Order: sequence, then structure tokens, then C-alpha cells
Amino acid sequence: MGVLQYVAKRVGLYFAVLFIGLTITFLLPRLMPANPIDGYIGQIQARASGALTADDIVQLRANLEQLYGLKGDLFSQYVSYLERVVLHFDFGPSFTYYPQPVSQMIFNALPWTLGLLLIATLVAWLLGNMVGLVAGYFHTKKAATILEVVGILLYPIPYYILAISVILLLAYIFPIFPLSPTFPVGQMTPQKFGMVIYNSLLPALTLVLAGFGWNILSMKALAVATTEEPYVTYARLKGASNWTRMVRYVFRNAMLPQVTALALSLGTVFNGALLTEMLFSYPGVGLIMRTAASGGDYNVLYGAIAISIIAVATAGLVIDLIYPLLDPRIRHK
Amino acid sequence: MTTESSSAAGAAAIPAAPAAKRRDSLLWLLNARLAIGLSLITIFIVGSIVLPFFAPADPSLQATYLKNMPMSWEHLLGTNAIGQDIFWFLVFAIRNSLILGVLVGVGVTIISTAVGLSAGYIGGNYERVVMLVVDSFITIPLLPILIILGAVIRGNSSFLTVGAIIVVFGWAWGARTIRSMALSLREREFINMARFSGASTFAIITREIFPYVSAYMVVGFINTILFAVNTEATLAVIGLSKVEVPTLGSIIFWALNYNALFTGNYPWLVAPIVASILLFLGLFLTSTGFNAAFANKRGVA
Repeated sequence: MGVLQYVAKRVGLYFAVLFIGLTITFLLPRLMPANPIDGYIGQIQARASGALTADDIVQLRANLEQLYGLKGDLFSQYVSYLERVVLHFDFGPSFTYYPQPVSQMIFNALPWTLGLLLIATLVAWLLGNMVGLVAGYFHTKKAATILEVVGILLYPIPYYILAISVILLLAYIFPIFPLSPTFPVGQMTPQKFGMVIYNSLLPALTLVLAGFGWNILSMKALAVATTEEPYVTYARLKGASNWTRMVRYVFRNAMLPQVTALALSLGTVFNGALLTEMLFSYPGVGLIMRTAASGGDYNVLYGAIAISIIAVATAGLVIDLIYPLLDPRIRHK
Repeated sequence: MTTESSSAAGAAAIPAAPAAKRRDSLLWLLNARLAIGLSLITIFIVGSIVLPFFAPADPSLQATYLKNMPMSWEHLLGTNAIGQDIFWFLVFAIRNSLILGVLVGVGVTIISTAVGLSAGYIGGNYERVVMLVVDSFITIPLLPILIILGAVIRGNSSFLTVGAIIVVFGWAWGARTIRSMALSLREREFINMARFSGASTFAIITREIFPYVSAYMVVGFINTILFAVNTEATLAVIGLSKVEVPTLGSIIFWALNYNALFTGNYPWLVAPIVASILLFLGLFLTSTGFNAAFANKRGVA
């Protein structure tokens, strides 16, 4: 399998993921018994204290169906949905903040999410793999077991528990960070920027802790196996130092499955980021989704999901396309 | 069954590794993992089967007791701001979360085994299509989809609907693992032997491959319980599951909603956190401990 074939296969998977993801987001809510338009009309009816006549409701329904792309049979809805999403990136207006377009709301929030996510994932990956490498390379030493225990204790703990424990510890019992952080809007000044960083530290810490455990465990297992390889023994007999063997011989090889695993786990990591944003009121896509979900703002939800799928799939594609640079076996085959 | 196979694995592996001390210490670690994990889980399971019979009242009813009572012998963890006994609410929460986890685990294990085995063994275009779907399901972030479903069906959903949705999105990881096991098994001698003896594809999958995969299914099953409990709790914490049903997530949802920290009602928030961590740790240790013990025994990771 040459590089070209590898890339072609990967890009094919990318489009398949996008297609399947968008189809699921389109279909599932339509298969559910509840109809968002009924809910919305119910809200308006309640606000007008029952003053709407039957005629009004029929007209209102037709208007809303037009507005939110629910007109026609399932297939034509689907075609127009794909056309709007893929070609125009148009998710219609928001219910709650009518007539602000959904795409604009999401694009405002996306940099927040991506910034937090990228930094936290990178730090968790690097730190976790370093600790795992040390634990695996020195796996004959007692002290290395302690490092692994850290991983075992951290890994199974879900995001929401980590987030709440971090708040409990670092904002309540030891009030180092604010309990309800505020994120300044508008033009960035150095002072505001500092505040943003300070307030983002807790959500970032949660994400790092969550990613940390898995990386330790998985890297440790890989490093143990790699350390036993004959070429590492050869390097030792040749006189290469511990550091050289650990970094250039063991890490260089054990890292590869970890890169693939990172690409595969992006969906989970993204879930965690959304949840963390909700619990910390961090102004990213997650917070938008939560507000939209509790306000029944379906267009915003659709938009956020579509963007999430696109973002995660694209990030996975980028990682997989970088992969041949790290693995010469794919380049030279 | 699990304890038996782990001790058998220990017995089988010790003579195979004469060189030693390190191996011994590792084996000891494996058994310790499994032992700790199993004992934690046993406590939780026995507790959630036995204790509900002694419950003085339905813990999900509000205003059964006075609000915000401190810990005492009568109310082991005190009462919360809506007049429920926190200890009994927690007992029912663990029970419901575990029931959901086991149901989802059964569903996911059946689907992922069927898909993974057939894809790995049959191969060809069938495998390609199936793996494309599997990889897509793995890549697609689950939480946003659950959030929109939660928002659409809120109010009309039953607790089991949430479980069904988790099954629909939870089978892909297991299918991927089982497929790769089936792939490596397909090349083994005894499979060829069976094929040349005239066994049908179905018979080979069920009689020859399945026994090897079954131990992984136990591991996958436990991991799925972890995943399901975790996912439901995540949805509940942000208020999108059936929060009236006590679960490990809904208890935290109510505690956060009533600002348990500011009112100084620590047990309301800390107790479910500690319980969740112990439960997740127990499940995780059991699954990795069992996995390692099994890998030693059969030589299939």
C-alpha cells in the first residue's frame, strides 16, 4: 500500500463518516414520536393564552415547516437538508435568537472549543505518553508501578465526576479559582486575555486529567512490549545511553499506535469537551448546545451536531494524513 | 467462573515463565486487580439487590422527610433539599444504573459479536462495508446526538428508551475488537481443519471461533456496563435523561440544581461521586484483570 493509496482510502473514509453522520442526525429526530413544531406551536399558544384560531395554527405550521426545512416527504427533506448543509453551510435561523443565523452563532463559539480542546488534548497526550513511557521502560523498577497506578485510578473516572471534583477541590475547598467563571466578550485586550486563560485553567485541567490516564496505561503496555525487542537490546550492547534508547528506540516505535488511537478517540474526547464546557459555563459549542437543548432550539442543535461531526472527522483526517510522515513503513512500501 | 479461570491462568503461566521474579510480581498484580475489582463489584451488586427490600419508603418521592437534615443513624447520609433520604436515593441510583448497564451490555454484546464475527470471518466486500459503518460510528461524537435525542423526546421518554439509544450507538468498539480477533483466528490450523472436514461457515463461527471470542465478550460486556452507566449519568447530569428516576447521574443533577455546595449539604454531592468512582474502578479493574488473566491462558489478546 503506497502513500497515494493510503491517502485515497483515508479520504474515502472521511466522506463516508460525514455522510453517515449527517444522515443519522437527519433521520433520528424524525423517527422520534415527538414533533418539535408541535412543541413550538404549543409554546406560542401558551404565550398567546389560547388566542390562536385553528386557521392561524395551520398557517403557522406551514410557515414553520418552510422555515425549518420540514416541508415535503422524507426524501425531498433529506435532499434539501444535505444541499443546504454541504453547499451553503446553512442551518437556518435560531428559534430563540431569531433571526440570527445558526451558522454565525456556532462559528463564534467554535474557536473557544477548538482552542481549549487542542491545547488540553496535546498536553494530555504528551504528558500521558511521557509518564507511560517511563513507566513502561523501567517496568522492572517498583517506582514505575506507582506511575501505572495513577493511570489505573484516573482512567475509569468519567468527565463529569472529574469536572465536579475539580470544582469542589480547587474552587470551593481551596478557592484558587472562581466558582462561576466569567468570560469577557468583545475586543480582546491583554488583560481580558489573561482572564480568559485563568478561567480556562479548570476546564483544561479536567480535560487533561481525563486524557492522561488512558495515555499512561496504553503507552506503558506498548513500551513494555517494545523494550523487549531485539533492536533495543542491540542498542544497549552498542552502548547507547538509557535516554537514547528510551526516546529514539522505544518511544519512536511505541508512539505510532498511540497516534492512531488518538485519531480514533477524538469523538470521545470531543464529547468530554462539550460536557466540560457545560459544567464550567465555558462559552463554546457545548454551552450553546446545552442552552439550545433546554430551550428546544432545534436548528441550533442540528447545526452544532453537524459542525461537531465535521470537526471531529476533519481532525481525524488530519492526524491520519500526518501519520505517513511518522511511519516510514507506509512511505516506502 | 471468572475467579476460576484466573487461578487456572495463574497455574498455567507460572511454569511457562521460569525466569521469574518479575513475572511473579506481575501475576500477583493481575490477580490483585481482578480480586479488588470483583470484590468492589460484588459489594455493589449484593447491596443493590438486597438493600432495596429494607427501604423505608420510595426514595424518589419528594418531601418524605424534613429538608437538609444532617447525617445521623436514622438518615445515614442525611436528607436533601427536596426531602429525600440521600442514602436510600443513592442505593436505588446504583441499582438502576447497574440494571441499565447490564441491559445495554447484553444488547451491545450480542450485536457487536454478531457483526464482528461475521465481518472478520466472511471478509470481502461485506467486511469493507461493515467496517466503514463501524469506523463511522466510532468517529461520530455521541454526546451531541444524544443531546438532540434527549431534547426531542424529553418528557415522553422512558428510562429504557435512553438505554436503547445507548445500544444503537455503543456496539461499534466491540465489533471492531471482535473482528480483529476473528481475523487472526481465521488463519489458524484448526479452522482450516474444520473447513476441510466440511463444516459450514455458520458452524465454524459458532463452534470454532466463538469459544475463543467468548472470554473477550465478558471483558467487552463489563466495559459496556461502564460505558452505559457513564453515558446515562452524563446525560442525566445535564438534565437530558429521565431525571426523576434515581441514577448515579440524576442524583448529581439534583444536587447541582439545588446548589448543594452553597447550602453546605456535602453528602448530597460527595456521596454519589465516591460511589461512582468506586463502581467505575471496580468495573475497570475487573475487566482489565480478567483480560490479562485470559490472555495468559489462551495466548489470544
